[in-house]
Amino acid sequence: MTSIEAHVQQPYKYGFVTDIESEVVPAGLNEDVIRLISGKKGEPAWMLEWRLKAYRNWLKMSEPHWPNVKYGPIDYQAISYYAAPKQRPKLDSLEQVDPKLVQTFEKLGIPIEEQKRLTGVAVDAVFDSVSVATTFQAELAKYGVIFCPISQAIREHADLVQRYVGTVVPHNDNFFAALNSAVFTDGSFVYVPKGVRCPLELSTYFRINASSTGQFERTLIIADEGSYVSYLEGCSAPMRDENQLHAAVVELIALDNAQIKYSTIQNWYPGDEEGRGGIYNFVTKRGKCAGRNSKISWTQVETGSAITWKYPGCILQGDNSIGEFYSVAVTSHRQQADTGTKMIHLGKNTRSTIVSKGISAGRGQNTYRGLVKIMKGAEGARNYSQCDSMLIGDKCGAHTFPYIDVRNSTAIMEHEASTSKIGEDQIFYLRQRGLSSEDAVSMIVNGFCKEVFKELPMEFAVEATRLLGISLEGSVG
Amino acid sequence: MAHVEQLVGSYRAWASNGASRAPAWLHDLREVGIARFHDLGFPNMKQEAWRFTSVAPIAEGSFELAKPPARILRLEDIRPFLLFEAGYRLVFVDGFFQPLLSTPFFDDIQSLAHVVTHRQDLVRQHLGKYAATQDRPFSALNTAFVSDGAFIHVPAKATVAEPIQLLFLASGDKQVVTHPRNLVVVEREARASIVETYASLAASGYWTNAVTEIVVGDGARVDYHRVQRESDRAYHVAATQSHQGRDSTLNLHFVAFGAALARHDIGAVLSGPGGTLILNGLYLLAGAQHADHHTTIDHAADHCESHEYFNGVLDGKSRGVFTGRIIVRPGAQKTDSKQTNNNLLLSTDAHADSQPQLEIYADDVKCTHGSTVGPLDPRALFYLRSRGIGEHEARRLLTYGFAAEILGRMDVASLRLQLDAIVRGRLAEQ
Repeated sequence: MTSIEAHVQQPYKYGFVTDIESEVVPAGLNEDVIRLISGKKGEPAWMLEWRLKAYRNWLKMSEPHWPNVKYGPIDYQAISYYAAPKQRPKLDSLEQVDPKLVQTFEKLGIPIEEQKRLTGVAVDAVFDSVSVATTFQAELAKYGVIFCPISQAIREHADLVQRYVGTVVPHNDNFFAALNSAVFTDGSFVYVPKGVRCPLELSTYFRINASSTGQFERTLIIADEGSYVSYLEGCSAPMRDENQLHAAVVELIALDNAQIKYSTIQNWYPGDEEGRGGIYNFVTKRGKCAGRNSKISWTQVETGSAITWKYPGCILQGDNSIGEFYSVAVTSHRQQADTGTKMIHLGKNTRSTIVSKGISAGRGQNTYRGLVKIMKGAEGARNYSQCDSMLIGDKCGAHTFPYIDVRNSTAIMEHEASTSKIGEDQIFYLRQRGLSSEDAVSMIVNGFCKEVFKELPMEFAVEATRLLGISLEGSVG
Repeated sequence: MAHVEQLVGSYRAWASNGASRAPAWLHDLREVGIARFHDLGFPNMKQEAWRFTSVAPIAEGSFELAKPPARILRLEDIRPFLLFEAGYRLVFVDGFFQPLLSTPFFDDIQSLAHVVTHRQDLVRQHLGKYAATQDRPFSALNTAFVSDGAFIHVPAKATVAEPIQLLFLASGDKQVVTHPRNLVVVEREARASIVETYASLAASGYWTNAVTEIVVGDGARVDYHRVQRESDRAYHVAATQSHQGRDSTLNLHFVAFGAALARHDIGAVLSGPGGTLILNGLYLLAGAQHADHHTTIDHAADHCESHEYFNGVLDGKSRGVFTGRIIVRPGAQKTDSKQTNNNLLLSTDAHADSQPQLEIYADDVKCTHGSTVGPLDPRALFYLRSRGIGEHEARRLLTYGFAAEILGRMDVASLRLQLDAIVRGRLAEQ
């Protein structure tokens, strides 16, 4: 067996299951389940009403089938919508968190004990349907930054949540967003007050553990006037033969002169070589540059999930606002990804940049789908899009479906896309310089993705480079 | 929906009367067409392929099947639409072949209605074999009403020296529909150049629903030009489908100036290795015109090359839609495919939609696409003005240059001059 094959056999690293006593609500979805979730979170009545409204809308909607992905029907009544590790009722300090949970996150490389944590990163750890710990809340509070599980925010910062939740992704936005709005359990809430530059990188780590459940988190980030925040998101799940559903919603709001940088490393379990199991990652992420001169930047590295269906977008409402999207999506084995972005230009002199790199290997199918819409009032809007695809092997596919809609004659819009094979001459060159073929491939692929990786915060960039190596090893030889 | 029933009814009346002498195979082809149209009905904007174009004016209008023109046209009437008077030419008025205005060549350059009985085997072998009707209601409707159109057959290794002119004129009768159906078969290693023109003698709101099938044999070369200069109030729906053999060359040129609402589905299949395709197009719109081009280049074989260029110039409240899909099938290795769509917006109310799409299932390929939408480059304008050229003239010059890039790729000099004059005329109006 060559070393390349050995690498292919390398199992998904985060595929273990934590044996922990969990409280799981029986499978099925109806208004009582939603009331139960809302009750468990101790939510006020308006939140429950909102959830029920979303649920009633969801019942009228049908699952979208336009993405370029194939999967069997999902039985929404076979999913349990709430799973939480059993623990003592009140958590004042980390000592009270079940050590098994602490160990789980340590094994994932996400230490939640503050003394061990990476410097400069505050972590909210979400395990199935609940947040188990959020570090550095006290230190952040000194700056007025609120960083907590969204269920806590609904109780303690109801005014902010009520004002902003659903303003970017309405509860009836699409099928999965409506489902999420009805049953969302945990997720992070961030509020950065006026003029504050958040001193730490904020990070949430999502872990699915229980079987037959789905994870439906909701994240809401508000950057008030002149503030700045960088937020990172990571995720993983155990290896199982079943497909688990992950339908998240992320809403970002940037007011005047505010900046939000949102980075994702998505590493849900992708299924095995034959495409059994894996997470269905159907998420809705959208940011609104509500204020003048605001900026929202999305960076994503998508290596996991059996199916990815996500289009992080920006609504550029404020004049001079900026939207950015940097993405690397890797599909190997039988993974399918239909991902891209939406840039909606409303304000004057709004600018957007899209850089998307798709890598297909094995039998993977990778689709870029994006929308650039420049509305009538967007005088002087500017967009630049670049989508490159790399194909490794002859059984994979790469597809590009950009939608461009320009209604203003002063706007300038450029789109470029290319698809090519990994260069044999490049591999040959590197090999004759003494590099092994997998090192050569890794070097070429990393070069291909460099434009995106340089947008990631330092710790994540290292992680992303490593992940990319694991996902692609053995693809060429 | 009433209109779908009305069209089906008019088919029934036509099939039992005027078209009842058709051979059985043609009758079957028509029946399949009408059944499919009946199932599909008119497309709506919820369908992905139609999301930017509403066919409501057609679907809700009431169009009668065109009757033979009452007035006999003379050569003087059609001269403005001809490139030259020599050479082979087929002229149709309201969809009916005009033998006195045409210069056919035996059964090789002839009206389709004639060859359906005289060259039955050849027509049967190709007619309806390339233009898809499964999800194309308009092509299905055209197939139901197949009766006349141009037929061109170039035998193996033959060369037709002069371009063959095909002219489809609308005489000006309102609310009529014509379904021209053209079949071009260029056999192995043969050469031909063809110019297909749609024009009108009056500014009326008729509807043209045309389908053209082009078969290019192994090693053959075809230059195909299609000029759409219908009346500004007309509706023009068309499908052009080509099928290329090994080592063949096909240059497709499309120019759209006319029609209130135009939709053109262009499909090109490269079915043999080593094929070369150029797809070159221009849409020049003003007023409230709407033109929608859907192109699909299907690389079904290895070692093929395709280059696509589509430029749009949009003025007034016009809207240009472009969807260009490149499909590279599994095994179509060494494919080299490039596509560009550039749109120039000349007015604040003009609107461009562009969807370049790549669908790739082979790994050893080079595929790129690019798309731009924007106004005239202010620096280029500044440069011209600094050289003493007035702003209005400078704008016209730059716009002309943008359109001339496409016209410059056409080999037929007389056509280039004709189109050039039209473009200049259109820009002078602005």
